[in-house]
Amino acid sequence: MNNKSMDHARILVVLPHPDDEAYFVSGTLAMYIAAGAEVTYACLTLGEMGRNMGVPLIANRTTLPAIRQAELEASCKAIGIQDLRMLGFHDKMIEFEDPALLDQRMESLVKELAPSLVITFYPGYSVHPDHDATGAAVIRTMARLPAAERPVVHSVAFSNGHQQRIGAADAVIDVTPFITVKINSILAHRTQFQEDKVLGSLKPTDAAIRSKYGTERFWTYRFPECKEQPEEAALCCN
Amino acid sequence: MQLIQPQAIQTRIDDFVSEDLYIHLELTNGAYASHFDSSRAPGSVFISNAEIRYTNGSISGTGPYRVGLKTEKGWIYAEGLTHVDEQDNERLILAGHDSMGKLIVALQLSRSPF
Repeated sequence: MNNKSMDHARILVVLPHPDDEAYFVSGTLAMYIAAGAEVTYACLTLGEMGRNMGVPLIANRTTLPAIRQAELEASCKAIGIQDLRMLGFHDKMIEFEDPALLDQRMESLVKELAPSLVITFYPGYSVHPDHDATGAAVIRTMARLPAAERPVVHSVAFSNGHQQRIGAADAVIDVTPFITVKINSILAHRTQFQEDKVLGSLKPTDAAIRSKYGTERFWTYRFPECKEQPEEAALCCN
Repeated sequence: MQLIQPQAIQTRIDDFVSEDLYIHLELTNGAYASHFDSSRAPGSVFISNAEIRYTNGSISGTGPYRVGLKTEKGWIYAEGLTHVDEQDNERLILAGHDSMGKLIVALQLSRSPF
């Protein structure tokens, strides 16, 4: 475990779906917030194309967006996120959006907020096309910044076999001190996660739950150095 | 959402005959299908707010149900429908869910865009 880099005062989280934050980063965000960080969460969609409508069913394709927006707001409240931005893109369609539009939205957030840490998905290793496309937009935007101005980017990866390609995560966060926050964040998405499936009959602080949900893993994105890799110059120096 | 009562759905379908409508039609096995089970091929489609008009339509089967709508130049078809939004009297919101509650299919008709 290494809970290093606790000194980030302003953090930007960019993920496409309500509940992405809960499962992958809520404990880490709670940790940073407890240390005084200001967190902005840019959530690209409302997850309105999700297949889970609650058990029993409480939503349909038409009512799901408003329900998931409320769930997202409840999750952010549970985590303590101070600033939620819902960017209004259409679920499942991020990979088909105009890259220039996506990049412009990312760039304006970074310029406005000047975060020292950005958290997103690792493009190519995040399974859902929206995850990959969101991470790609963030990475493209960051790559255009001068290296000296570029925030640290922590990316989430979970595709099958990802470790064979990108190695082990270098930022492994023990979030067990915030396990209750994390579980509350997950359960806030009540159409997506049911308490009996998340917890069974256990409490958030029980060992099995701490073991299952108590670690969050990030890969620090390595941007190519322009001087050493001329082929990458077009990507990172324009 | 309530389980479909086919007679009630047939009435709703008949009410929309020859009207200009917007349709949301969707079939999906989920974005994670092949992530969790590599033997499963991913497959999903949706079309949102396409403008249609049908001359006749009906619900069929014993549940899950099928719906077929005959348009002026073709057909619209959905299989696997199990549920209806019984609270929406303006739009016809039909969905099919699997045993886990996950959406498989959606067929929605409305006089105004979704």
